[in-house]
Amino acid sequence: MAVHEKVKELDSVVIRFSGDSGDGMQLVGNIFSNLSATLGNEISTFPDYPAEMRAPQGTLGGVSGFQVQIGAKNVYTPGDKADVLIAMNPAALKANAKSLKPHSVVIIDEDSFTDKDLKKADFKTENPFEELGLTQIQVVPTPITNLVKLSLEGLGVEGKAALRSKNMFALGLVCWLFNRSIESVTPFLEAKFAKKPAVLQANLKVLNDGFNYGANTHASISTYHVEVAEEQEKGIFTDVNGNNATAYGLVAAAEKAGLELFLGSYPITPATDILHELSKRKELGVKTVQCEDEIAAICTAIGASFAGDLAVTTTSGPGLALKGEAIGLAVMAELPLVIIDVQRGGPSTGLPTKTEQADLMQALYGRNGESPAVVVAAKTPTDCFDMAFYASKIALEHMTPVILLTDGFIANGSSAWKIPNLDDYPAINPPYVSADMAEGWKPYKRNEETMVRYWAKPGIPGFEHRVGGLEKDYDTSVISTDPANHQKMTNARQAKIDNIANFIPALEVEGNPEADVLVVGWGGTYGHLHTAVEKMNESGKKVALAHFQYINPLPANTAEVLKKYKKIVVCEINMGQLAGHLRMKVPGIQLEQFNKVQGQPFMVSELVDCFTKLIEE
Amino acid sequence: MENKQYTAGDFKSAAKVTWCPGCGDFAILSSLQKAMAELKLTPENTAVISGIGCSSRLPYFMATYGFHTIHGRGSAIATGVKVANPDLSVWQITGDGDCLAIGGNHFIHAVRRNVDLNIILMNNKIYGLTKGQYSPTTERGYVTKTSPYGTIEDPFVPAELTMGARGNFFARSIDVDLSTTFDCMIEAAKHKGASVVEVLQNCVIFTDGVHDYYSDKETRPDRTILLKHGEKMIFGANRDKGLVLDGLKLKVVTIGENGITQEDILTHDATEADNALHYKLALMHNEGLPLAIGVIRNVEAPVYDQEVKAQIAEVQANKPQRKLRDFLLSGETWEVK
Ligand SMILES: Cc1ncc(C[n+]2csc(CCOP(=O)(O)OP(=O)(O)O)c2C)c(N)n1
Ligand code: SF4
Repeated sequence: MAVHEKVKELDSVVIRFSGDSGDGMQLVGNIFSNLSATLGNEISTFPDYPAEMRAPQGTLGGVSGFQVQIGAKNVYTPGDKADVLIAMNPAALKANAKSLKPHSVVIIDEDSFTDKDLKKADFKTENPFEELGLTQIQVVPTPITNLVKLSLEGLGVEGKAALRSKNMFALGLVCWLFNRSIESVTPFLEAKFAKKPAVLQANLKVLNDGFNYGANTHASISTYHVEVAEEQEKGIFTDVNGNNATAYGLVAAAEKAGLELFLGSYPITPATDILHELSKRKELGVKTVQCEDEIAAICTAIGASFAGDLAVTTTSGPGLALKGEAIGLAVMAELPLVIIDVQRGGPSTGLPTKTEQADLMQALYGRNGESPAVVVAAKTPTDCFDMAFYASKIALEHMTPVILLTDGFIANGSSAWKIPNLDDYPAINPPYVSADMAEGWKPYKRNEETMVRYWAKPGIPGFEHRVGGLEKDYDTSVISTDPANHQKMTNARQAKIDNIANFIPALEVEGNPEADVLVVGWGGTYGHLHTAVEKMNESGKKVALAHFQYINPLPANTAEVLKKYKKIVVCEINMGQLAGHLRMKVPGIQLEQFNKVQGQPFMVSELVDCFTKLIEE
Repeated sequence: MENKQYTAGDFKSAAKVTWCPGCGDFAILSSLQKAMAELKLTPENTAVISGIGCSSRLPYFMATYGFHTIHGRGSAIATGVKVANPDLSVWQITGDGDCLAIGGNHFIHAVRRNVDLNIILMNNKIYGLTKGQYSPTTERGYVTKTSPYGTIEDPFVPAELTMGARGNFFARSIDVDLSTTFDCMIEAAKHKGASVVEVLQNCVIFTDGVHDYYSDKETRPDRTILLKHGEKMIFGANRDKGLVLDGLKLKVVTIGENGITQEDILTHDATEADNALHYKLALMHNEGLPLAIGVIRNVEAPVYDQEVKAQIAEVQANKPQRKLRDFLLSGETWEVK
């Protein structure tokens, strides 16, 4: 193996693989990320799928990207801008031009930078770099297409089949660039192509040639050495994205509660992958029904809950809008139900493949009547597992619908995840009826302390009962239109939800607790907020972060925390929905806002700028 | 353990029945309670699910498990109940508005999936609960509060819609014909898969008498035909009329006239998979043809809730993991020691 002369030592680095949707960039991005994680790096990844599924080859609409940040520790986001870009064609270069750091390394397949290719990507001149204003970057033009053809000639792989391995050449080059040995990649390819030995052989050959090409011609660029953490957490790890973590969190809750898991769902981007994953998990006993629409999806789940399953429905914003009436039914019938909204850009069809946090108000208030439900949010891809678990636990133990908000960013983003041991998670104990309660039992009879009613599943003799959307009498559980009773039942339903504040963790403050500015966020922005706050403190500016995962009810200490700080800024990927909610729930506080609605996550740099200004004001 | 024999009375709840005096729903409720007793169902293993409407109040009057849900969504909720616990006997109670207007989509898909539900559709050709607006089964030209000059829409024929949705069981009855309603319910419950029983129901307030042409005791034998599987399609007060095929159309003939004998009359085969004749029978309506009542179609097909179970069992037979952790460990992992 070549000995590198110029090796850059880095704490973290951002790499972006980009090409046509058929170029296999997601695959090599994934392999490289997992490989780095096994070597002791922290990783955070984000795939960026093409806007159009069948865009013509080589055009901007068809660009598919995969970004990963790898580092020694504290990697919480895939990074704002790239240090290294692999651009398989001019469209990929163009699509990523704005996301490059000034001195970044850009590897291009020069065979696909012909005049024809430049035209397809709407370049006006022959020099795409100048045209894009990329004058300081280090370009590594590599004839990938031709080298791959040559590489595979001996193996008898030709034409289109050969070109499918271009991604492996790029991976080989990147491995050389980052000092990863071919031996460390091999197991990943062996696993991937276990059933296709010929494809495996071809890919390994091209990978090797890509690596050697880098080693032999490296003169012009430096290679990187990314620090690995000195103390790594021990255990068995895998790589998980937020949607799969959500799916597994639900399975975990069902396992822990000893219930069968039922999912009613209707496909919608970016939530569909949860349905995909759970549809596959039949060995774990998961029942999935792909329904005719979102209303049916939640209604089958409500039926399954009535019948005694852990019932879930998954969707995105437009689907949540359709489910509103049925959520009200679950509130009224006081049945456990988990509703997962993977938020995307709205309103209406909006930006289906882009991220946003603009469904919070809908989740909190988007129903007729006084209809309190629990609202929680996951903060990172792996936190989706925990929040899906705890959303289920709250739903089952408090007999209520719980809405879990994730978003396109954490749903598709992934990171390394220590495979959980369910013994480390708390038990789930739904309030089942017991045989000794049969005498005089009524379906809306409550535990007077928690205000939770008891769950009698069909099939148990002596507990036959009727529930429904009509108001019931507090004592007798029969239909009632009595004014005072409606007030009493409304209060009871509200008290039941408010009481959940006693069962959720307190709001924690991280960063510098003596800070001048408290940053407040919720859900999927955690990585960026955390990183920005850390950067501020590293540079001697005192900033703290309070990040909400529980939004209704709010943690019991919310007012106490917020009232400690003179300056508070609420940062959200919406126009200020949590800020509005907090102003209502914690009267008298002054909140600044930092809002962005571009279908994109925050950038750490823009947050740092914002916090710096606030401190200086 | 001793198996208690339940009577129709055991399926009655303590709740006061709130329908208008004379409403056809009373008879349907009573037929249902009798059918459940006859079927040897137990209240604890029976779930009655409804949407919203006068008819949908029915679960409150039953001593079984019951769920009065939201308008139109009964089919979807009942589907969830049945998939979650296929051991329950699940009955969906619905009205023509609940089932065919707001709930039309869920209804056709529950039928298409062939979920093992017994769907009792109480068809009074009007929105009763909201006080008299026309429904998807109201005849063209009928005057209601929202069609003061007569409707300008053609109605659905529930049987046609059911079969159009690839339905495998359809039966029709009239509220006043308690024994046919009872028989249809029994057959519906025995049929595995989605069973639709349409009961023509009189709303004394808004559509009083809409079904009189067929339900009137005097003329009923001549204007309706009770179809029975394996029997000749014979009807009439004198049992001398029968149905034959004339080209592609059904025709009424008189036995003993023009050389017609019993032999010439069609025999009803409810189990025939080809639904062409079932369609024709279901669509008979005036023009000299009798209204078909009884079980028109009763065909076996794969049952959704059983298939859900079977598929899980099949996958489990080939994959050893039952715990989440074992599954995760069987995937792509790495260990940090
Ligand atoms: C979402 C919603 N829309 C409208 C209504 C009002 N609504 C209640 S019942 C009903 C029609 C009932 O007609 P049908 O199903 O034929 O039952 P019937 O009362 O005639 O038995 C309507 C429109 C409602 N409850 N919910
Ligand atoms: S309004 Fe009509 S359908 Fe409703 S209860 Fe009265 S009679 Fe029956």
